[in-house]
Amino acid sequence: MDNTIKEHDNAGYLDMELLRFTTAGSVDDGKSTLIGRLLYDSKSIFEDQLEQVAKSSERKGLEQTDLALLTDGLKDEREQGITIDVAYRYFATPKRKFIIADTPGHIQYTRNMVTGASTANCALILVDARNGVIEQTRRHSIIASLLQIPHIVVCINKMDLVDYSQEAFDKIKEDYESFVSKLDVKDVRFIPISALKGDNVVNRSKEMNWYEGSTLLYTLENLHIGSDHNHIDCRFPVQTVIRPKNDKYHDYRGYAGRIASGIFKPGDDITVLPSGFTSKVKSIDTFDGEIEEAFAPMSVSIQLEDDIDVGRGDMIVRTNNRPEPSQDIEAMVCWLNNQGPKPRAKYSIRHTTSDAKAMIKDIRYKLNISTLHRDEEDKDVKMNDICKVLLRTTKPLLVDSYRKNRITGSIILVDDATNETVAAGMIV
Amino acid sequence: MQYNLTHLKELEAESIYVLREVFAQFENPAILFSGGKDSIVVTHLARKAFHPAKIPFPLVHIDTGHNFPETIKFRDDLVDEIGAKLIVGSVQKSIDEGAASEEKGKNANRNAIQTITLLDTIETNQFDACIGGARRDEEKARAKERFFSHRDEFGQWDPKNQRPELWNIFNGKHHHGEHFRVFPLSNWTEMDVWQYILAENIKIPSLYFAHDRQVIRRSNTWLPISDFIQIDESEEVVTKKIRFRTLGDITITGGDESDADTLEKIVNEVASARQTERGNREDDKRSETSMEDRKKEGYF
Repeated sequence: MDNTIKEHDNAGYLDMELLRFTTAGSVDDGKSTLIGRLLYDSKSIFEDQLEQVAKSSERKGLEQTDLALLTDGLKDEREQGITIDVAYRYFATPKRKFIIADTPGHIQYTRNMVTGASTANCALILVDARNGVIEQTRRHSIIASLLQIPHIVVCINKMDLVDYSQEAFDKIKEDYESFVSKLDVKDVRFIPISALKGDNVVNRSKEMNWYEGSTLLYTLENLHIGSDHNHIDCRFPVQTVIRPKNDKYHDYRGYAGRIASGIFKPGDDITVLPSGFTSKVKSIDTFDGEIEEAFAPMSVSIQLEDDIDVGRGDMIVRTNNRPEPSQDIEAMVCWLNNQGPKPRAKYSIRHTTSDAKAMIKDIRYKLNISTLHRDEEDKDVKMNDICKVLLRTTKPLLVDSYRKNRITGSIILVDDATNETVAAGMIV
Repeated sequence: MQYNLTHLKELEAESIYVLREVFAQFENPAILFSGGKDSIVVTHLARKAFHPAKIPFPLVHIDTGHNFPETIKFRDDLVDEIGAKLIVGSVQKSIDEGAASEEKGKNANRNAIQTITLLDTIETNQFDACIGGARRDEEKARAKERFFSHRDEFGQWDPKNQRPELWNIFNGKHHHGEHFRVFPLSNWTEMDVWQYILAENIKIPSLYFAHDRQVIRRSNTWLPISDFIQIDESEEVVTKKIRFRTLGDITITGGDESDADTLEKIVNEVASARQTERGNREDDKRSETSMEDRKKEGYF
């Protein structure tokens, strides 16, 4: 059997990019239908999946096949007809591969939205054309802004139920723009769609000639994501040290990790933190050989010119551009656990590959994520609350602000008794 | 210079990061190796992650005893080539010891009772992390899995009480006796796996390539003839040119008619496929929630 490759055609898939997006909407906004439509019209649904969904629809007594059932994963959800957790979906066009973090819209599931948003390049926010901008729209947009999702696409859905009216679309767009101007959001687009009928999702609508913009799929295929990573500040958190200790690689010592940001090259002057030792990059190694430069989000091993003590939790940075080591950390925190923060309790804190203990010294305020109001009186933090806190850590963490760096600007808190991840924080 | 990775390179970088986190966060991790393409890709990625050192994880094979001989040969050759340690958990042994009992009837298989052997092997070897090749695109219950998926001391999965996973910070903290399942290929699709096998020229068992084989038609698929299958009088044994899209126990792995005998042809075939790859797996057809139910109990 011919198990080897000679020359094959690389075009068409080997130059595809990856776009991660999250979807948010209220119950009944048609979010699952929209995802179902994207998958269906881009021909990413298999026959046996469709058959299964058709069968379930029939069992429920529905007239049409309910595309929303494609995205409902767990038994409870299928029974209740709601999404209860983050589910990941995949589809591809010749241009891009897409990862969808599908998060539920209910009030009590802020934590899932935050989770889905943490890795996204883009947020799809669904608005029901009949209802316009409502509290949940604001809530989702504020979370997208807090999590620094670079692109927001507002899908004004159910246009078929407002007679495909341009006026309705313009009114919602105007309302949204006036609200979003208060947020830290860089790129917002608006698309009038009907997920149920398929207007402007994959195919252009015949009913809305007044709309001159692109369809949703075209937008997702063409968003500029090249600048979504930070290529300026060199940060390399060390995951582990590779020491083969065999004859061939007797003295080999490679620091393995994933580039958080910046561009590293052999010969670069670097500093290892927290020790402060300086050296130069000797080589950047991969299984496929040495490479001339490494940038986020590549996984590599770095060898240094000098034999210095480096281990997990250390960070290799450019000597002239360092993060701020700090034991007093202010962060916007989303509380993820049933059990709220206990007064002066200690938690394990993880920042990149580094572990420490942390105490919540002060809760500065709770953020009302519908109005942006800062409540300095109410310090009773519960699951799904977002608040600004001051943390004191047992050792200095090598932090950047989250606005500047999503990797070195984020932390999680872990309860030592249950080992559960109880909070996620963005460093201010 | 464009500082942008292709989707395959980005997926590879993510998986390598996950594998290194497993090594750093756990005392005694292992790779669950079935001999299927996904666990082969995981093993390949582990080589990349720790190069030039050897893979720091043993390969664990849960052997139902109902194997394709090709799979076992492939497994043994690979273990030799990369110098890894192989640990085999035997379903037959679990049956002989009375820990598991065999299903009865025509469609009987050892799929469900594998879980018993798997959990027993994990406990005996005190693995605290088991790395698997499962992907979220395979099946709807798997779409909700985390990269680091917590299992209680009974090996059970509680899908409603999973740890949130944010950014690339993975929390592998656990109490004694609990373990994690780790899925480095979470974000890969079947197509990604095949494109990667092609791009990296990764060796895979010959069963994936189109070949002539004696089969019977059952439940809309071509089931291979073996010593472990009961054939009715009404069923006719025929020779067909088929290939397998997934590999499992020989009694439940159905083949598709195909002429794809090279990786390039397989990639093209996958690209135009209208059925999911697990569409031919008897184990998934038993009910709408059979994967979710098995996973809660501790299945792969």
